[in-house]
Amino acid sequence: MPDIAYEQARHGSSIGQPLTRRDGLLKVTGAATYAADNRPEGLLHAVLAVSRIARGRVVGLDVAAAKAHPGVVEVMTGANAPKLAQDPDAKENPFMFRLDLLQNDRVRYAHQPIAVVIAETLEAATEGAELLAPRYEVDPPGIGLDTDEPHVPEGVGAGDKTSASRGDVEAGLAQAERRVETTYETAAQYHNALEPHAVVARWEGDRLIVDTPSQALAMAKMRLAGLFGLDPKNILVRSPFLGGGFGSKGFMSGPQVLGVMAAKLVGRPVKLVLRREQMFGPVGHRGETRQTLRLGSDASGALTALDHHTLTTTSRFDDFYEPSSAISRYLYAAPAVSTRHSGVRVDTGTPLFMRAPGEASGSVALEGAIDEMAEACGLDPLEFRLRNYAEAEPISGRPFSSKALRECYAQGAARFGWDKRIAGTRSMRDPAGRLVGFGMGTALFPALMMQAEAWAEIRADGTGTVALGAHDMGQGAWTALAQIAADGLGIDLDRLDFQSGTSDLPNAGIAGGSAHTATAGSAIHSAAAAVLAQLADLATRDERSPLFGAGNAGVYARGGRLVRRDDEGRSESFSEILSRAGKTSVSAQGQGAADPASREAYAMHAHGAVFAEVSVDPDLGQIRVTRLVGAFAAGRVVNPRLVTSQYYGGMIWGVSFALHENAVVDPRSGRVMNANLGEYHVPVNADVPSIEAILVEEHDPHVNPLGIKGVGEIGITGTAGAIANAVYHATGVRVRKTPITLDRLLG
Amino acid sequence: MNRFDYVRAGSVAEAVAAAAEPGAVYLAAGTNLLDLMKGSIARPGRLVDVTHLPGLDRIDHLPGGGVRIGALVRNSDLAYDPDFAKSHPAVAEALLSGASAQLRNAATVAGNLLQRTRCPYFYDPASACNKRDPGAGCDARGGETRLHAVLGWSEHCIATHPSDFCVPLVSLDAVVEVEGTSGAREVPLDALHRLPEDRPDRETVLEPGDLIVALRLPAEAAGFAGHSRYLKVRDRTSYAFAVVSASASLRLEGGRIGEARLALGGVALKPWRARAAEAALTGAEPTERSFARAAEAALAEARPSGDNAFKIELARRLIVRTLTLAADGTPERMPALPASAFSGDALHA
Amino acid sequence: MTFRLTLTVNGEPRAIELDDPRVTLLDLLRERLGLTGSKKGCDRGQCGACTVLVAGRRVNSCLALAVSLDGADILTIEGLARGDALHPVQSAFIEHDGFQCGFCTPGQIMSAVGLIREGQAGDDPERIREGMSGNLCRCGAYIGITQAVLDAQARMAGATQGDAA
Repeated sequence: MPDIAYEQARHGSSIGQPLTRRDGLLKVTGAATYAADNRPEGLLHAVLAVSRIARGRVVGLDVAAAKAHPGVVEVMTGANAPKLAQDPDAKENPFMFRLDLLQNDRVRYAHQPIAVVIAETLEAATEGAELLAPRYEVDPPGIGLDTDEPHVPEGVGAGDKTSASRGDVEAGLAQAERRVETTYETAAQYHNALEPHAVVARWEGDRLIVDTPSQALAMAKMRLAGLFGLDPKNILVRSPFLGGGFGSKGFMSGPQVLGVMAAKLVGRPVKLVLRREQMFGPVGHRGETRQTLRLGSDASGALTALDHHTLTTTSRFDDFYEPSSAISRYLYAAPAVSTRHSGVRVDTGTPLFMRAPGEASGSVALEGAIDEMAEACGLDPLEFRLRNYAEAEPISGRPFSSKALRECYAQGAARFGWDKRIAGTRSMRDPAGRLVGFGMGTALFPALMMQAEAWAEIRADGTGTVALGAHDMGQGAWTALAQIAADGLGIDLDRLDFQSGTSDLPNAGIAGGSAHTATAGSAIHSAAAAVLAQLADLATRDERSPLFGAGNAGVYARGGRLVRRDDEGRSESFSEILSRAGKTSVSAQGQGAADPASREAYAMHAHGAVFAEVSVDPDLGQIRVTRLVGAFAAGRVVNPRLVTSQYYGGMIWGVSFALHENAVVDPRSGRVMNANLGEYHVPVNADVPSIEAILVEEHDPHVNPLGIKGVGEIGITGTAGAIANAVYHATGVRVRKTPITLDRLLG
Repeated sequence: MNRFDYVRAGSVAEAVAAAAEPGAVYLAAGTNLLDLMKGSIARPGRLVDVTHLPGLDRIDHLPGGGVRIGALVRNSDLAYDPDFAKSHPAVAEALLSGASAQLRNAATVAGNLLQRTRCPYFYDPASACNKRDPGAGCDARGGETRLHAVLGWSEHCIATHPSDFCVPLVSLDAVVEVEGTSGAREVPLDALHRLPEDRPDRETVLEPGDLIVALRLPAEAAGFAGHSRYLKVRDRTSYAFAVVSASASLRLEGGRIGEARLALGGVALKPWRARAAEAALTGAEPTERSFARAAEAALAEARPSGDNAFKIELARRLIVRTLTLAADGTPERMPALPASAFSGDALHA
Repeated sequence: MTFRLTLTVNGEPRAIELDDPRVTLLDLLRERLGLTGSKKGCDRGQCGACTVLVAGRRVNSCLALAVSLDGADILTIEGLARGDALHPVQSAFIEHDGFQCGFCTPGQIMSAVGLIREGQAGDDPERIREGMSGNLCRCGAYIGITQAVLDAQARMAGATQGDAA
């Protein structure tokens, strides 16, 4: 049955087209409604008060002063916060993160919420929060990778194995002709979506309506249901547009829940929006890492061993470990590979998934170490990577479902002009005399599949609907999923009613792991196929239909018609089929999920090659990434315009990782000292003068019915390492700590 | 933000009287003040809005040479004034390297002179700061100090002054015109900002009620127009405070330096005029050797206030580079990336 | 105390009564006038998402006190299109995919309109990048943004010449 829609997908009336964003008009006119743009009648404003200490207890809050401030309606503290139906520290599964919801006076990280002030105006609530003037009992915080003895976590990332290995690494190193042992450090980073976490909550009796950005609507609903003891049916979460997520909006955060609690406390709608500095604490971050790699190679430049160990931080009270070593399980061929992780508990908010969690930080270290080994072997970095090209997944030994990495290397190198690289450091200059460096890195991101459901309908007037609670955080779900839906139903986009972005629609899973388009798309594909099968059933069994006798597999859908496969001249419109059958519509539900058999049989990843040119002032050390070329192979491209933008965005995150992002924590206080966008740097427009992304063709018959791999995160991998390697090539200074700042190049 | 009285001044005299009261501050564009108030770093009881005062938004090119710039002239208007940019190119370049276009469109000339430090401990109300709370101590000491002062600091304060604009201005002998409770007076810009010593809370020599009404550049300043540059080292290509910046202006006479002006930004709690270096350059040939000697002189007294020794070496190199560029001559057109090491011409090949 | 001020917002004169002098222009637009197109990304002049034009010049509305702007002419993203006809910068942002999540977009577009009016960048991409550097885009749409500004500017110049001819 799936053949019907698959055929249509291959004909491709919509998939593959570079459509502009369907939500573009709303976004360029300011009419797209983000959570904080909602203003229900009777709205009150809530502002968080957050802890200035990182560890200890709150022993005093001047609630009277806050309440005396004109306009302040209520102050929510541990004393009067609504009681919850579930302990916010309960952890029934690894995806439930512990939340700070004013259930006690304990402080376990800086910027932890300690009270909420609710007022008639934003100005009054803001000042009310200031007037609380908290007093603390302070315990000295533990900050940084060396603050405590490391431990071995039970798992890392999203339930990945802490260790995985193949072969005897020590033996491989012992027999190696050349050995490299090197340690890289990456800084703590904060997601800092431009849209701060926001919530507009209102209670209508036992019914709860929440406008809040979410990368996982169904999980958000279930989390709220658990905490407030509600029937999930009575909760509506709306998130039509997210102002960026990058992982930080995957789970309901404490502040979002506090907004809901505040609305319950005062019995009126409440809006709570985080201040920018409050984004540095309770809504996740990427933990810092120290990664030690040991590589051995034989005389020909073939790796004999690869050992990748990551030390990373998690919070004192919860578990999330940046799985940086995992990328070494997938990328380079070596007879002996070992990947391990250790963790250290620190007094910060809990780290969380942040765009390419593990892959980004791990790639920086791995690509740096590979560059070091290539140099030790006297080989061009590209040549070295080709000599260690993995024909099968290194540890598992499974074949790849598809892998066009060689083409990525070739096309990227050609476009970039890699052959103009002069070997040796400090070997190239621009006409003005600045040092120029070329560097490269391999990009990889697993092609994951989550779980999703979708609902589809075709009506007698020839129009159709596809509905699912999908999420558009900028990747373009409103457009790409609608393209899949239109193709799936065999109708034009303008005949399609595409509904998404609310929790009352079928559960579309999560927008994460670069798997949303693949998973939700597969669910749409399956729902649409089921609808078409019903139509085909009606037509092919009806003697009056020109399709009579063709059999379900004998027809496909296009342009609102079913067409005979063996005679395209014979077709019938959906309207005709339904009218004759006396039906107003046919509808069906569909699922998207991983196929366990193919997952067992194949390793599935998207691949890419990134080439970077940097310019470095020879005296002042200031760095600029003057050119980036990335070539990526990620299966079927649903919309090349949007995919290109995803690659650009990922590569800019690579620039940011390599040169900018660094949460500077004062170890004495545990506070992030640059908790603002003026000093927590991300790239500005002038930092990225030239980026090109090449979409390398790749067909994958195994990854999912649509052949789609993810594109949202791969761009950051490879890029950061390529830039670091280019800085080394330019300057001869190997900076093994990101961000690479100019002081580290002054020598 | 605390509640405050809002007073819109109709005249300078009215403004001065209103602002002389304890707890009163002036409000111009507010780009710095509102930021401080939102962070509860400033909690003024009264805001005296001077933006509606007439006549303070003019740029007057004075008959005998020199320029008088009204206190309310917006940063971008000054930078894009063709006559001003031509006669004072380093000042224009410094202005355009600061903040963002939006902030430059709002921020006023006087506001720029009076902007407060970006020291993260000053900006963090939970940290001890002698500038905010005299006698409280300085948590920056022993803290995160990568961008802190290397000149003129004291054990009480190691912050830096963040302005780009002030750096060329102080080198060109700019003067501010002040109206106060006891009438009008003039203060050389070099004397406006104080070094921290044991009272870092006293940031300038201004008294309560003092209102800067204008900034003046003497006629001699334009004499450097042909050889005047500003260069700013940053952690990103644009929209970042200086790690270190330098302004160099030269008057060349018969192959030698007739007169030199040099100042540094991002190194001290005030825009740092390098007079010893200027003296070393006077009469010297404009060569790298002379520039290196000047750099040594400029940083002779420098010492790290923490993890920032690199700034001393960086400042030396930046001085040499900026002097070299100044000697090469002011470019005809403002560089695409003002004051950046990545401007087309910013490297003397 | 009540503060009475007059503002022209998107071409319409508005008499506004404020009960609180602390209200910024951004919060006035978003919370009191219902113009939520301008966004609050940092509230400290560090991201540019709140950019609007005041007297034709781009500024950060989060760092301006509304009460101080009495008499000002303000243009926000909601007032840029003429009916259904998008401003060339708006169209160009769609065509060049100059955004992803869209949250910084109103600020980017108003900043681009301001940049073009300033007339300092010309058709030099490097000057446009510098001139647009006061608007952070965390999604990383800078390539499309720069292309959109270049394209819109060329179209507007063409239209002006057309008008003259």
